[in-house]
Amino acid sequence: MYSRTYKTLVSLPPVLWVGLFLLLPYALMLVHSFWMVRDGVIVHQWSLQNYSKLFENPLYLDVLFRTMRIAVSVTLLSLLLGYPLAYYMSFHAGARKDLLYQLVIVPLWVSYLVRGYAWKTILGSEGVLNGFLQYVHVTREPVSFFLYSPFAVVLMLTHIYTPFVFLPLYASLEHIPRNLVEASQDLGAGSLATFARVILPLSLPGLLAGATFAFVLTLGDFLAPQLVGGPSSIMVANIVQSLFGTAYDWPLGAAISVCILLLTVSLLFLTERLEKRWAFQ
Amino acid sequence: MTPTGSNPPPLAENSGQTWTLLEIRRIAKRFGSRQVLKEISLEIACGEFLTLLGESGSGKTTLLRLIAGFEQPTSGEIWMSGQRQDVLPPYQRRVNTVFQSYALFPHLTVRENVSYGLEVSGVARDQIPGRAAESLRMVKMEEFAGARPSRLSGGQQQRVALARALVNRPRLLLLDEPLSALDANLRKQMQGELKSLQREIGITFLFVTHDQEEAMALSDRIALLRDGALEQVASPREIYAHPATRYTAEFIGQTNLLRGEVQDGLARWESLQWPAAPAVGAVLFSLRPETIHLVANGVVPPGAIRFHANVRQRIFAGSTEQLELEFAGQLLRARVPVQDSLAGTEELWFLPADAIAVRE
Repeated sequence: MYSRTYKTLVSLPPVLWVGLFLLLPYALMLVHSFWMVRDGVIVHQWSLQNYSKLFENPLYLDVLFRTMRIAVSVTLLSLLLGYPLAYYMSFHAGARKDLLYQLVIVPLWVSYLVRGYAWKTILGSEGVLNGFLQYVHVTREPVSFFLYSPFAVVLMLTHIYTPFVFLPLYASLEHIPRNLVEASQDLGAGSLATFARVILPLSLPGLLAGATFAFVLTLGDFLAPQLVGGPSSIMVANIVQSLFGTAYDWPLGAAISVCILLLTVSLLFLTERLEKRWAFQ
Repeated sequence: MTPTGSNPPPLAENSGQTWTLLEIRRIAKRFGSRQVLKEISLEIACGEFLTLLGESGSGKTTLLRLIAGFEQPTSGEIWMSGQRQDVLPPYQRRVNTVFQSYALFPHLTVRENVSYGLEVSGVARDQIPGRAAESLRMVKMEEFAGARPSRLSGGQQQRVALARALVNRPRLLLLDEPLSALDANLRKQMQGELKSLQREIGITFLFVTHDQEEAMALSDRIALLRDGALEQVASPREIYAHPATRYTAEFIGQTNLLRGEVQDGLARWESLQWPAAPAVGAVLFSLRPETIHLVANGVVPPGAIRFHANVRQRIFAGSTEQLELEFAGQLLRARVPVQDSLAGTEELWFLPADAIAVRE
């Protein structure tokens, strides 16, 4: 058995870490959200006015709903791209499996910013896409709405987060024993029925984990709107950023952060419950 | 004019015959450079319990998977009552499989597992519950209908797998070492149940195992596979009593191999000789341990070959004991009733008919 001192010593660093870098900042954030700014100074006076502002000013709710819409779009598109890819690789790629896997992983090594700028050069009015469209005479003038629109944000974030959706999905598909697929065929099910009745249900935990990644990561993203989104696609995190920055309204920023945190935590709680229920093996 | 020449053969000759359900015609399978099956031909009769017996790597599971449709043969054909099978996908074959590790769907209950085959093959909705229940009753698992497979013991999962495979009323049931994961006692019990179930429902069973005792206990016929080729196909009694090859004699049961010489209808081995079929030259004989008897134990039939041997070792096995004998510098094994006492040298006998000539 380990001694008491040993146990204390071993558990001290993680406890300190969590306390100092997680619990303390969260506590500060929570406390700030009940304070207010008066004459450019944070006043330590308790009130709920930050929260009532959030619900009274339609701007905040609009941005929140837009953020959710973008997050849902990114999640669905990443699933639409990631699932067929993961399915193909797990069940039909054969010897090419490892190579394809590397090809999916490699983009994760490229900086987020670099990938953002890449989309800028693709979508811009002088960009690759417009150049191509004009070259093949689909359009005469550069199309301006490719860049600086929610569309661009969704496109860029889908590109960035598809590997995050792919990885847990692929893992859960790889874990499905192949004799279950054979058993299904043996009992008279064709490929479609086998997919719908065996493969899909058994991959739900991975699907849920991937979808949660894409949704939560998009929810907190502020770089994509800045790089390719423009004013029409401002997201919640942009507002938080500006409130903590130029606007210098930390209490309001903290209140928004608390709301987002609650949303995210309840979502994670829910998906974890579901994942546990769907984990059969 | 011959009076019977144009007449059809008498009915009595045909009435006892069984008809062929599955016909394997010169099936070969190659994985890369490895030849797993070498042009195998085999017929399975309707209602038969046939066992594919062989060591691991002999190709028995591959042959089963070819029949189920999980693999495609490199050459050859598989026919089932007039219909070619090897070109059909697995879900169109009237064959079902009990998998070695059961392969029950973990996300479905026992009842849903058993209903699965009915649902995907378009059986009328109102018939499904009844047929699933009937199938579960057959394996005595109806009380577990609502449970998930992970809650069941190995033996119970085995029964559910059986019920699931039988629910579609296949023409042929394939069983891939279904008992190998069970402990010895349960295995014996399941062997008995499997055999009586097969008799009851009359479905043809093709059973794969590496366990020769299991094969002997269950089968109507055994097909012994060796390195992708059929070594011998015969009933358990026949294959045990008359092994065609040395491999068969050694794989199924225990045996003594005597390297003798046959000339002028007389077999010679060491100082012994006995009448033998008119083969000529070097012949290998298989002599089962239980066909060697102690002279002291009773009457020696006429024509028996008698010899003296040194008793080297006695191994007690309950109802019998095994003797390790030395005769002319060679080791012989004999299985005899348990003896009170034995001398250092005993006189023994065997019948010439029990010395079976086998091919190398």
